[in-house]
Amino acid sequence: MGMGIDTRNLMAKRAAQEVKDGMVVNLGIGIPSLVPNHLPSNMNVMFHAENGVLGMGPSPEVGKEDGNLCNAGGYPVSIIAGASYFDSAIAFAIIRRGLVDLTILGALQVSQNGDLANWIVPGKRVPGMGGAIDLAQKAKRVIVVMNHTNKDGSSKIVKSCSLPLTAKGCVHLIITELAVMEVAEEGLRLLEIMKPYTLEDVLKLTDAEILIDKEIAFME
Amino acid sequence: MSHINDGCTIMFGGFGGIGTPPTIIKAILESGKKDFTLIGNDTGFPTIGIGPLVAEGRVRRIITSHIGSNPIAGKLMTEGKLEVEFCPQGTLAERIRAGGVGLSGVLLDVGLNTVVEKGKAIIEVNGNRCMIETALTADVSIVYAQKSDTYGNLVYDKSARNTNPLVAMAGDVTFVEVEEIVEKGSINPEEVVTPGCFVDGVIQGEGVYWKWVWE
Repeated sequence: MGMGIDTRNLMAKRAAQEVKDGMVVNLGIGIPSLVPNHLPSNMNVMFHAENGVLGMGPSPEVGKEDGNLCNAGGYPVSIIAGASYFDSAIAFAIIRRGLVDLTILGALQVSQNGDLANWIVPGKRVPGMGGAIDLAQKAKRVIVVMNHTNKDGSSKIVKSCSLPLTAKGCVHLIITELAVMEVAEEGLRLLEIMKPYTLEDVLKLTDAEILIDKEIAFME
Repeated sequence: MSHINDGCTIMFGGFGGIGTPPTIIKAILESGKKDFTLIGNDTGFPTIGIGPLVAEGRVRRIITSHIGSNPIAGKLMTEGKLEVEFCPQGTLAERIRAGGVGLSGVLLDVGLNTVVEKGKAIIEVNGNRCMIETALTADVSIVYAQKSDTYGNLVYDKSARNTNPLVAMAGDVTFVEVEEIVEKGSINPEEVVTPGCFVDGVIQGEGVYWKWVWE
């Protein structure tokens, strides 16, 4: 399953629909960082970064970067009117106090009841959790944007996570290049399918119980 | 450099290398000292921030939240040459802050029901289960700030503030690298972020010598 820029942007565009006026939003690295490109310019959103910025704006022009003004991934950003700087303790106070309305992040595995695994593949890749546990557990709403399957074709949406958890039952919405699913009380509900994929594709490539009790929208 | 000895615990400010004091790091690298225990947000990048100290094998143990941007750290960890204690980022900040403000620890529920709770004392407070997260201090704290006056009052610069004000309070001794040293009285007291009594020494920085990831 190739992940060209169009696919990445399609997923980011879909995630952007979940961002509402007035929200405080924290974006993970990778596809989530593309979300602001798909928001209307008149929307009031305060982007939060774990390294101590509230009110991040777009990337600065080449040559106008400031080495002391970056996002949590280490890349230069700008700020918008109303922005503030603070230390890491306050950055995480904002998270733990539930003031982050929405976080959009990547994942290694998500279970059908919303458990998230995204910080370690034991024995293989041990990047560390960074701020992911704090965000997943404390943000009001958690959206995962990820490839539907691993490189070997196995599903990243599973009945139960085999990798160590970041947080239990924290995910509200999953967006992949195939589909959009919500984690509801009743189960994992299929909401949308990305064209040209079909319901058969989604069922075949998802190793979890899927609830289909609403009319499915087809997105392009 | 007389406070940096083989085997000592060094706490460093910075986040992805931004706000990590380059001139002090260079001096530690040149000193040849080793077997450090480090405490800090992340391991930087291989050539950025604290990264080179880790990459050169000068670190025995690190308490941190993230090593993903420095693949050499992961390799040394897998080979058993670097002991890594992972801590959620916000919890790490609070453990450092606790050390800096004279508390023995903090009570947190971040990471309950995950491997984070392993080996931790758990208590119930007002009906909520929390872990006791112990305070962190260090033999030496190294900090980067934009400006210091001759008393050591510090002002930071944008997102280079990050963990620095917390780290500045948590060292038995604290050394600060700044872009500018000014006379006492020339920083508005309302704007001081770290009061000078926490600071033991200030050096004039020579600027960043590494290339940032985006350059």
